[in-house]
Amino acid sequence: MNNSALANTYASFDVEAVRGEFPVLSRMVHGKPLCYLDNGASAQRPAAVIAAVDDYERQHHANIHRGVHTLSQEATALYEGARDKLVKFLNARSRHEIIFVRGTTEAINLVAQSYARPLLQAGDELLITHLEHHANIVPWQMLCEQTGARLVVAPIDARGEVHAERVESLMGPRTRLLAFAHVSNALGTVLPVRRLAAAARARGIVTLIDGAQAVPHMQVDMQEIGCDFYAFSGHKLFGPTGIGVLYGREALLERMPPWQGGGDMILTVSFDKTTYNTLPYKFEAGTPNISGAIGLGAAIDFLQRQDLEAARAHEHALLEHATRALGRIEGLTIIGTASDKASLVSFAVAGVHPHDLGTILDEDGIAIRTGHHCAMPVMEFFKVPATARASFAFYNTFEEIDRLAAAIARARTLFA
Amino acid sequence: MELNDLYRDVILDHNRRPRNFGPLEPADAGAEGVNPLCGDRLTLKVRFDADKIQDIRFEGQGCAISTASASLMTEAVKGKTRAEALGLFERVHRLLTQDDTEAEGLGKLAALSGVREYPARVKCASLCWHTLASALDSRGAHVAVSTE
Repeated sequence: MNNSALANTYASFDVEAVRGEFPVLSRMVHGKPLCYLDNGASAQRPAAVIAAVDDYERQHHANIHRGVHTLSQEATALYEGARDKLVKFLNARSRHEIIFVRGTTEAINLVAQSYARPLLQAGDELLITHLEHHANIVPWQMLCEQTGARLVVAPIDARGEVHAERVESLMGPRTRLLAFAHVSNALGTVLPVRRLAAAARARGIVTLIDGAQAVPHMQVDMQEIGCDFYAFSGHKLFGPTGIGVLYGREALLERMPPWQGGGDMILTVSFDKTTYNTLPYKFEAGTPNISGAIGLGAAIDFLQRQDLEAARAHEHALLEHATRALGRIEGLTIIGTASDKASLVSFAVAGVHPHDLGTILDEDGIAIRTGHHCAMPVMEFFKVPATARASFAFYNTFEEIDRLAAAIARARTLFA
Repeated sequence: MELNDLYRDVILDHNRRPRNFGPLEPADAGAEGVNPLCGDRLTLKVRFDADKIQDIRFEGQGCAISTASASLMTEAVKGKTRAEALGLFERVHRLLTQDDTEAEGLGKLAALSGVREYPARVKCASLCWHTLASALDSRGAHVAVSTE
């Protein structure tokens, strides 16, 4: 899309109407209208999601998959209905490929322990990148300790970009798995996912993509991306906490042993032998987060009612506006300047520690994230202990970014 | 709650110009404090004259609250015995978490009372004190503490 087409698209986006669907956006914080710029940590929920969860809790709650009574059947239909929505949302091939988990972290641990652990031998390699969230580092380190495999880390450059050719050059005969973020939570960098997935596939390397920061900002199509596993969390996608999705290619999931044992993941149990349930239930031991899955389904319905093309153009315009407005502030350095970025800005302000900045902005009703963003190797790379991060959703406005910029300037005065 | 009550002039001054900042060689005891929430790191070195803290210095990076608190602490405990320093820690801890009944007699340390209204920041102010407690307890060894 060229610039004028983009401008036309976002001009047609009715941000006030969208804001009206999110009850929390009309509240006050310390006497100021809430300015919520911490969407990368967790997005807010539209009334439709709240209502879907409320309706389930009031009218349909029962355990699923195991009752012949009306409530159990209704709850089962709602829970499985949410799975069907995810099949379409991700363009998966079947509902066997959608596993409900607690979130991205659990999805990655599931793949590490159930897919990778049984096949890894000492000296095998797991390849990740330098910009990963701790959730896409630590499970692999634990796996290395368990198996004697080696963790190989592909570098980033000074802009926070990952170069596909550098990653490809690290794919060797012992590389068993490539795991990487679709979008960096600390920098906003969008990774070349299709190319990386294709390069891995050509070498017989299985891929896992941490999509936690991507799904709220772009369409993710499993067939187009061509990865083997894709993980994300519901609460960053305007849904509830405690629910997330692991997409896996059916042929791989089929071969994997269950991760956790318990109810719902079995067909028959005797003390001699237990027969495991079919996909996807094999990986959903115990009573799942039923209301969470229903809420996530409602969030997807909500998203699909939006003009997503206009919403994404609006987000892109917010990113450009924020980059300009913050870039003008003396002493402020933007960390992460990749050419392809999702709608977030990480930054450091000379003389103002991010933690102090977070407290000062909060007094103005402005919520941002401060800290290492669970990406300590990224902080180490840019030689900062922490950054401040403003991360946007399509319900944010240009005025909110102006408020942010003005408040940062005031904080600088306080510490000058 | 006013920000000025958190970032009082004393705090801003000690953040801008931390006292007793830098290495201490030789030292009799030391400890390292880490606040994983914000990435603050603090290295504390102590030299004793019998049971008295003859000299104390700190290094590291942190937010204004943590830097100012460490600076104020080093000024307050210099010349104190271990027991007196630990007693001061208890009083500062009550100041940070309960009420102002201890403020009198705490001198400049009383400037930290504004932190009490910001529960997320209490750890920033107490990191140096936890680090001091472990340094005093370490009897020469260099130990690490974390506020998490």
